[in-house]
Amino acid sequence: MKKYLKEIGGGFYSLMLGMRVTLAQFFKPTVTVHYPHESLKMTPRFRGHIELVRDPKTGQAMCFACKVCEKACPSDCIIVEGVKKEGEKRKSVTEFKLDFTKCSLCGSCVEACKSNAIQFSKAYNMVSMNKEDFIMNLFQKLESERSADGQATATPPPEQPKSEVP
Amino acid sequence: MSAPEVIPASDKPCETFVLNVGPQHPATHGVLRLKLTMDGEYIMRAEPVCGYIHRMHEKMGENRTWAQFLPNTGRIDYLAAMAYNHAYVAAVERAAKIAVPPRAEYIRVITTELNRISSHLVWFGAFLLDLGGFTPLLYAFDDREQILDMLEAVTGSRLTYCYYRFGGVCNDVDADFIRGCRDFVARLRPRLKMYRTLVTDNIILRKRLEGIGFISQEMCRKYGATGPVIRGSGVAYDVRKIEPYSVYREFDFDIPTFPEGDCMARYLVRMEEMAQSLRIIEQAVDKLPDGPVLSSGVPRVLKPPAGDYCFAVEAARGRFLVRIVSDNKEIPYRVRLRTPCFSNLSLFEEATAGMMLPDALAVLGSLDLVIPDIDR
Amino acid sequence: MSLSELLRMLVYVVGVMAFVGLNAAYLVLAERKGAGRFQRRPGPTEVGYAGWLQPVADGVKLLCKQLIVPPGADAALFRLAPLLVMIPAMMSLAVIPFSETLVGRNINVGLVFVFAFGAINVMAVMLSGWASRNKYAIISAARVVSQDVAYEIPMLLVVITMLMATGTMNLHEIVQQQAGWFWHWNLFRLDLNPLMPVTFIIFFTCMLAETNRAPFDMAEAESELVAGAFTEYAGMGFGVFFMAEYANIVVGCAMTTLLFLGGWQSPFGVGSGVIWFLLKMYAVVFTVIWVRWTFPRTQFYNLLNLSWKILIPLSLFTLILTAVMMKVLRA
Repeated sequence: MKKYLKEIGGGFYSLMLGMRVTLAQFFKPTVTVHYPHESLKMTPRFRGHIELVRDPKTGQAMCFACKVCEKACPSDCIIVEGVKKEGEKRKSVTEFKLDFTKCSLCGSCVEACKSNAIQFSKAYNMVSMNKEDFIMNLFQKLESERSADGQATATPPPEQPKSEVP
Repeated sequence: MSAPEVIPASDKPCETFVLNVGPQHPATHGVLRLKLTMDGEYIMRAEPVCGYIHRMHEKMGENRTWAQFLPNTGRIDYLAAMAYNHAYVAAVERAAKIAVPPRAEYIRVITTELNRISSHLVWFGAFLLDLGGFTPLLYAFDDREQILDMLEAVTGSRLTYCYYRFGGVCNDVDADFIRGCRDFVARLRPRLKMYRTLVTDNIILRKRLEGIGFISQEMCRKYGATGPVIRGSGVAYDVRKIEPYSVYREFDFDIPTFPEGDCMARYLVRMEEMAQSLRIIEQAVDKLPDGPVLSSGVPRVLKPPAGDYCFAVEAARGRFLVRIVSDNKEIPYRVRLRTPCFSNLSLFEEATAGMMLPDALAVLGSLDLVIPDIDR
Repeated sequence: MSLSELLRMLVYVVGVMAFVGLNAAYLVLAERKGAGRFQRRPGPTEVGYAGWLQPVADGVKLLCKQLIVPPGADAALFRLAPLLVMIPAMMSLAVIPFSETLVGRNINVGLVFVFAFGAINVMAVMLSGWASRNKYAIISAARVVSQDVAYEIPMLLVVITMLMATGTMNLHEIVQQQAGWFWHWNLFRLDLNPLMPVTFIIFFTCMLAETNRAPFDMAEAESELVAGAFTEYAGMGFGVFFMAEYANIVVGCAMTTLLFLGGWQSPFGVGSGVIWFLLKMYAVVFTVIWVRWTFPRTQFYNLLNLSWKILIPLSLFTLILTAVMMKVLRA
């Protein structure tokens, strides 16, 4: 009988303690971030999709189409083409395609690149109804950026696919 | 209802029916399917059907270079990617005889233990969700968010890490991370106390878990169950102690075991493990040596000498073993992954015979299954 | 029947329906907001100012959805079940006195009336589970029946205790007896029964179980039975069940207020009125929400154990104690 009452009492007390915990939380401020209205700052090491880096001096792509990244990629999502122009020591890139639908954001390509010609973008909210939007022609993008601002020294913020978060 | 399936082994063949729990069901946390032969609410036979998310990780390992397989390891058990990274990287290091700088080993231990805590916090929330308590999930995720933020700052990703490299780790940790670790240890300790008051001591939860889903030591041995499942049956089997790898030998921590073998024991093991992981992190942060984090002697094109190499780690769910066979080429000859969840799931059928449906789902939750880890 | 009487009935029917509808809609919002606060998040905030139009959005969504009757289900019973679950809750509200004068029909057996209609709820949920032709639903239906039968007993034992203590089945009179300061409320009337708070807790627990609220939400048990008896319901069929759940909570909390917390009586002896009734009722509703977002779900046999081994003996004990007290003290 005593054990029976003790179990009821103890059980009830444990329930009350639990309710006290949740009530204490009830009056504390919320911890959430309301995404479309506010968003978190991406950490410097955030791995977004890759993008080509421009040489600060010439404004040209640093990439010289050595294809190390293409080989390093586990998902075969990078296609690099380059030509050797007359009078230049190295090849220069003419095409750099990233199939972002296959990319697993492992970062092997950036690590493999010896000349630091590719970097991670900070774009994380990429949304589209179109699969083709994610087959990115990075070289074309770089060229269009280059023509947009002739003598820019730093890489401008990456342009994001068409549709943003609704 | 379709016509009841006739099961010859049953006493009352006409009164059973088959209930398909999953592949899309709130309790299976993924695409696991349980084919339950039920007699009323009692389960006569529970047959797990797996393979819905089979991604051929082992075969993929045979088709890419040693380094290219690394991102795959983080996606087998997505909640404890660090330990899986560790096992594969260490196996290759063992094969290619690459030495790892001490600082890198310490960073590996810290990040793996942080990852273990975050994995257990997800389990804690999801398990309570299975039991119908919604609030602890959000508290656990609040804590987990701190870990993810810290790990994101170091590794660049939040879940499927690919941080370790052959011969070390790819990025050094900064002072912010160290401070973050200390703050997190200070933060989680009172939170664990709060979880104790809110959940562990709760009479409803105790009544729900105590004595439910008994798994004997023999059963664990028979099916090869490891991790918190075997420790919840009273066997102090932990790879970190039994075959110490990395620098685990240098830390003072206990292996929590509970002999009861029921759901509550497995619950308590994991809760206690979080506290032990905090202890390891605390010591590792204090002892963290200076120096390089990536060995310089790693060849660009890795060709480990021919042979057969194994490496086992204690992942959040048990013993994860990588066995690699090299024939001195750029590409592995064979990558074999021994994942803990598959073995842990296989005892489900025996453990739940004759149980009621909610109890069986509590057992399923207490096994802490990650479905991609079962199917891999 | 005179015209004024008819008019009064009409006004009251419309009033009750509006009250139930608004309560259901805004209690859902309150529950979501409350749950959010308990979990350190703000709950719905997007629709309208701070999410105040969320129930409207939900309602429109449910209304726009197709009402699906699963093939092979008993269509008539399947459609009947949501009505059967809604009507008793509305009927009960007809006899609940919101204040001295604000009452649909002041009948002498109000107490019995409410609990009699409350019992229909069980059958309605069972019907929905049976008619859906779904394995999860039928398991849920079986659970509901045994759960509600088990909890009807201690609940009615408590009601008998209160009946003996107050000597009337008229809800109006029960409240009138509790006039004065808050220690005149039945909850604190230790002279009627020294275990009155225990009786209150038993009643509250049974009320939670009767309305299938967490931690006794075995019928819905979303992690086990998907949505239990309501799995196959879509659109407003589901919406009506949802509303009925909240209507039942309102009725349960109103009964708790009437029986134990002094109904519309002010705690300070002056200024009694409908506002006090609503305040107390929503305080009880808040407690119901608070309990739901704190505890995990009980297991079935634990629920029956609680009923048969703890609640029924305790409520029997309080019943006998009240009888003894009445004989000894008041004689």
